[in-house]
Amino acid sequence: MAQLIQGNTGEWEIVIGMEVHAQVTVQSKLFSGASTEFGASPNSQVSLVDAAMPGMLPVLNEKCVEQAVRTGLGLNAKINTYSVFERKNYFYPDLPQGYQISQFLHPIVGTGEIEIDLPDGSVKTIGITRLHLEQDAGKSLHDQHPSKSFVDLNRSGCALMEIVSEPDIRGAEEAAAYLSKLRMILQYLGTCNGNMEEGSMRADVNVSVRKPGDELGTRCEIKNVNSVKAVQMAIDYESRRQVEIIEDGGSIKQETRLWDPNKGETRSMRSKEEAHDYRYFPDPDLLPLEFEQSWVDEIKQTLPELPDEKKHRFMQSYGLGTYDASVLIAARARADYFESVANDRDAKMAANWVINELLGVLNKNGKELEDSPISAEQLGGLIDLIADDTISGKIAKDVFADMFETGKDPAAIVEEKGLKQVTDTGAIEAIVDEVIAENPDNVEQYRSGKDKLFGFFVGQVMKKSQGKANPAVVNDLLKKKLS
Amino acid sequence: MSLDKDTVRKVASLARIKMSDEELDKYGPQLNNIIGFVEQLAEVDTDNVEPLPSPVDIALRLREDVVNDGGCAEDVLANAPEEMEDFYVVPKVVE
Repeated sequence: MAQLIQGNTGEWEIVIGMEVHAQVTVQSKLFSGASTEFGASPNSQVSLVDAAMPGMLPVLNEKCVEQAVRTGLGLNAKINTYSVFERKNYFYPDLPQGYQISQFLHPIVGTGEIEIDLPDGSVKTIGITRLHLEQDAGKSLHDQHPSKSFVDLNRSGCALMEIVSEPDIRGAEEAAAYLSKLRMILQYLGTCNGNMEEGSMRADVNVSVRKPGDELGTRCEIKNVNSVKAVQMAIDYESRRQVEIIEDGGSIKQETRLWDPNKGETRSMRSKEEAHDYRYFPDPDLLPLEFEQSWVDEIKQTLPELPDEKKHRFMQSYGLGTYDASVLIAARARADYFESVANDRDAKMAANWVINELLGVLNKNGKELEDSPISAEQLGGLIDLIADDTISGKIAKDVFADMFETGKDPAAIVEEKGLKQVTDTGAIEAIVDEVIAENPDNVEQYRSGKDKLFGFFVGQVMKKSQGKANPAVVNDLLKKKLS
Repeated sequence: MSLDKDTVRKVASLARIKMSDEELDKYGPQLNNIIGFVEQLAEVDTDNVEPLPSPVDIALRLREDVVNDGGCAEDVLANAPEEMEDFYVVPKVVE
């Protein structure tokens, strides 16, 4: 379901490729022993290597290599057992070396692919071009002083995985789905925390437009797009801008543009143009990186079940629909919680309670699943009480609200408040008789064909029993007595 | 291959070296001399020869993922022309 733009000269197709920078989950930096922890005081996590002091030499962090391989396997990609670190040369105050150590001709991971889930329930495959390891730059603050910039090198030298996609993405919706899926995979793998607010995951978006079926158009690279929503807004803005220019007889200039989230527009970063000559060459401080295929195979053995596999398993073994399965696998903790609840119970019921009730009320209270006052065992217990007819589904919702409030066990709440369902036919029969006696007019109308009144009788009986009468028994008795 | 004056100017600018016209006239030919010297290597037939990253047959050394460095903001900033609150302070670079 490619998203098309209606222009004055017909429809336009948006073609997108993404470059995602994901900070590798490790303790120390790519080439030094300084910490990678977020939020430390300025320049407190900088070694003399990161500050590019003369004579300092980079030594590669083996865990970063393992994480890159693990990610590559999660992206169904080819792992290159031979790769080369090269220097990408440019000058900027937050890059003390004057070059970034990156990979260019020989990246550690080659082509792969992932599946993205679109809002209409369909699935699309997006090609991965490559993944390579590189150093992050430091951070510049420009708003502290009228004529100065402040530089903090804590981030300088942290390991990034740059993940490049093929230009397979059509429109903002697919781009959002791609980014979400990629983040989910990284989080499942434990190779990147995916936190876009802290900058652990950043996206550059390459956008071009064309008439459907035409050759690829000239693309612009948009930087600084730091949330899923910003990706969508930037693509919407940029594709319209390009269509307008072309339809007015102009042409698109290949350039780097900056997304301005405050103004909601992209604008040219002219100064970047001149500098786009990076003069890559192999870093003479580092030998090529080589490892055995057997090591890759070992890592493969330790991969967790990934989101798509989990989704398919949830649909097959629990009989869930695509939507429910997709919601449940969105986070690993959520999927685990659901599986504990569903264990030996009605899975659809479990999915319902987790998605509609628990996630709903957590969301309303601004809480994460990790802070849920109701444990998976407790929610399972509640479902057991419904299943063995101790309480009705309706009463269960009240018990659930109580559990969320107090964190108590469902059985204790039912006991305390006397909410046990009345299944004793005699007791219910008495109430049914009472209701029939009190409403002779309605009884007559019902018997003369006004079927809809049945609900009224059920309601009355439930009301008199304070919701505790077993609905199935009520239905049976009413049907018998009213016929 | 020979570099014209504009290319020499660009190379200097990419390396952030400021050069006057006279200097370009002086250093351009010197740079071309060096390139000419290196170009002699192109005469060697290297078809089907893999690049040799190192003359010694050793593997890249890796380190364990442990934090054992950093925490020396004072040292790191010792040579900074200007600093404030442990930040480097540089002329404004934003557009």
